[in-house]
Amino acid sequence: MILYSISFYLFSTIAVFSALMVISAKNPVHSVLFLILSFVNASGLFVLLGAEFLAMILVVVYVGAVAVLFLFVVMMLDINFIKLREGFLQYLPFGALLGLVLIIELGMLFYTETYSEVRLVEFSNKPLIAEIENTKMIGEILYTDYFYLFQISGIILLVAMIGSITLTLRDRGKVKRQDINSQNNLDSKNAIEKKKVKLGEGI
Amino acid sequence: MNIDLGHFLYLGAIIFTIGVLGIFLNKKNVIIILMSIELILLSVNINFIAFSAYLHDLTGQIFAMLTLTVAAAEAAIGLAILVAFFRNLGSIEVSKINKLKG
Repeated sequence: MILYSISFYLFSTIAVFSALMVISAKNPVHSVLFLILSFVNASGLFVLLGAEFLAMILVVVYVGAVAVLFLFVVMMLDINFIKLREGFLQYLPFGALLGLVLIIELGMLFYTETYSEVRLVEFSNKPLIAEIENTKMIGEILYTDYFYLFQISGIILLVAMIGSITLTLRDRGKVKRQDINSQNNLDSKNAIEKKKVKLGEGI
Repeated sequence: MNIDLGHFLYLGAIIFTIGVLGIFLNKKNVIIILMSIELILLSVNINFIAFSAYLHDLTGQIFAMLTLTVAAAEAAIGLAILVAFFRNLGSIEVSKINKLKG
């Protein structure tokens, strides 16, 4: 149990620290790298909670796909990031106040919920560690009870893919492309043109 | 010291607040704003999975997976819009995104 507590505090401390660095780093590339650190630590927390499948999915999807996408965009766009940071310190006092109010409100909510007699939902003191593995349990309900949700999430990904391709595709105009239709419509009469070339001159 | 549901909820609240703060402080940089949205969605996922584990109900994990899908789609489309915007204006300042105003 002591190992569980130590791992929880280790993972959560690094996750919170790297989340803070994401929003305060000067260089956006560092921000992306701290975002990756934060996600990896969150996936460690998921393993502690017994959700191994989602932990691995988080690493594959976020670290493998989304964060690399962010890195590509940050590195490809030629932006003056120093200029974009203007106003950071100006908003800092008010922003910190806002964040403090938000965290205190949420904390009070959890405190009263956890330590009062009346409870909205009855939860146990220990996370679920089942005998069957997590992936198998998720598979058993994902493809039966939640089959339509699964299909709809596939459609969402398809729409996102088509949308991002249409948004970034640009027609360059000067590139030579094969036009099969015009090739097939070629006629021998139109294909060759005879010209009378005068002596001593070109066309 | 025993770790219970409250600890995970506090962690989720802290990361959520950091995400909101990131949107607030980096008002000019769209990339950081998108990353802050990812942080907020991560905190939502932590809450879902913590509740799923402590209520002994797997539905939370299924929902977290759907959140992950939507987050990935949102990041892809957001970055595509960002690239298209940068191509047209040569800048990603949020205050310059005003072409749609009437």
